[in-house]
Amino acid sequence: MKKNKSNVKNNAYTAMLKKDFKINKSLYIMVLPVIVFYLLFHYVPMYGAIIAFKNFKPQLGIWGSSWVGLKHFMDFFNGYYFLNILGNTLRISFATLIFGFPAPIILALLLNELRNAKFAKIIQNFTYMPHFISLVVICGLIRNFTADSGVIPYLLSFFGVEPKSLLNYPQYFVPIYVISNIWQEVGWGSIIYLAALTNVDASLYEAAVIDGANKWKQLIHITIPSIMPTIVIMLIMRVGNILNVGFEKILLLYNGSTLDVADVISTYVYRKGLLDLSWSFSTAVGLFNSVINFIFLVGMNSISKRVNEVGLW
Amino acid sequence: MKIKVSLAQRIFDFFNVIFMCVLAIVMIYPVWHVVMASLSDNNMLIGYTGMLFKPLGFSINAYKLMIRDSMIATGYLNTIFIVVIGVSLNLLFTSIAAYFLSRKNVYWQKFVMFFIVVTMFFSGGTIPFYLFVTQTLKLNNSLWALILPVLINTYNMIIMRTSFMAIPDSLEEAARIDGASHWTVLFKIVLPLSKAIIAVMCLYYAVGHWNSWFNASLFIKDREKYPLQLLLREILIINDTNAMTQGSGDAAEKMSIAETVKYAVVVTGTLPILCLYPFLQKYFVKGVMIGSVKG
Repeated sequence: MKKNKSNVKNNAYTAMLKKDFKINKSLYIMVLPVIVFYLLFHYVPMYGAIIAFKNFKPQLGIWGSSWVGLKHFMDFFNGYYFLNILGNTLRISFATLIFGFPAPIILALLLNELRNAKFAKIIQNFTYMPHFISLVVICGLIRNFTADSGVIPYLLSFFGVEPKSLLNYPQYFVPIYVISNIWQEVGWGSIIYLAALTNVDASLYEAAVIDGANKWKQLIHITIPSIMPTIVIMLIMRVGNILNVGFEKILLLYNGSTLDVADVISTYVYRKGLLDLSWSFSTAVGLFNSVINFIFLVGMNSISKRVNEVGLW
Repeated sequence: MKIKVSLAQRIFDFFNVIFMCVLAIVMIYPVWHVVMASLSDNNMLIGYTGMLFKPLGFSINAYKLMIRDSMIATGYLNTIFIVVIGVSLNLLFTSIAAYFLSRKNVYWQKFVMFFIVVTMFFSGGTIPFYLFVTQTLKLNNSLWALILPVLINTYNMIIMRTSFMAIPDSLEEAARIDGASHWTVLFKIVLPLSKAIIAVMCLYYAVGHWNSWFNASLFIKDREKYPLQLLLREILIINDTNAMTQGSGDAAEKMSIAETVKYAVVVTGTLPILCLYPFLQKYFVKGVMIGSVKG
């Protein structure tokens, strides 16, 4: 009896699939190039990541190379650099998160308070602009502006700081990285919050004014709660990339004297893999990076779902 | 209704406006500085420290030297090739994917969506990607290595899908009943109705190609094929301006002219985007808005 039922169900399912394929055949054919693209440039490299568990030699290929299990991971964990680069990665990432994440929210709230809409628009346009300048140029500018004869040491000299090339001093590296990041992205990042702010129900404010709530109370009890879902989503996405610091930027900014504080997991992967040609070892390090990110993403998502009932999935 | 403005409110407004003005200056000043420095006289600029509000002296020597150097022209052409071909293919592939994912009653759609979204959160890493492109596809030293791996940006594709979903189904259904193929529906109905989102996509992808340098630094070894950003990196980060300052006097003169040449190169490399910027900024913003409406 039971078997019969599941048979019927199975048949219905197959019939449905057949019907679906008949109707949508041309659509499936159409999307094939897209599938091929993702297979080639995303899934093949994922598969290629198994060289992390092998001793990869290009002439032997992925299958020809011998298995070594977790050797590369152990080498990395026990290696001289492990704690240093993990610490650097977390330090740079958390600094960017703590200072960089609230900045666009604050900017959006302040822009939202401007009474003159035209003025607000002009300011917004100025703040978006740096987002479109290429990283190479930005880093060139940072080098130039922080050099001993540059603008920033010149301005700092008014506060009694001896002019020197800031990028050569380890203690300035993280601040330079974080501040320039905020400079470049704060305006662009604020757009999404401004969009959320325009959707806040105006009648809530009217009611609050009647109840005698001042601006500050309105901010705490209406504005912030209304844009909270957006903030949470952005935070989850950000935390899911906790170990992906802007490594292209670090590559363009670091030098021998700041390596101790600036070297992060991804720059280490780059140097080990592409300059020293230790393919398997650097793939293992990269894989470690991906897995940690993924754990953070899943963790953050489930915390947020429990606390705020907002999640990516 | 007349809103009574309290004193505290007025003080806040005042400081808010001041803060915004300072912010605008902070945002714009670096760009201004570069343009002014590029137009300065190199001998005056070299010993100068401080802010620049107008050119020191006036000279377009740096631009002349830069134009004389054929590498910059080649770099420009390579970048233009990448942008034109790249963006065309980006648009084609992205709109096909977005079209497929925005149809109704397609059984395998959710699997395809999952298959695609996974790649946003998990990747094999730089090294396997590099090995695949150079060893399996043998694309080293080819400009295609800068185009094919980034055919679809998943985030952009999702923005486009959201926008496609907003187009009323009735139009498409009528065309399908009349026997139009999916290609016809996409090109004759969906895309013509999506001009704004196409503009957004063009801009996002074009800026992405124009500014990208890392993949080029991985795959392109031949200087004749360097895109503009790699040349900029050489000049700005590695500090190599020899090619351009050749035959311009003694070492000190060379060093000072190199400084202005740097600025001139930055201006030429950034100008196309910054010139387009005032006209297109409303589209940039539009893209973020559509993207923020979760699909």
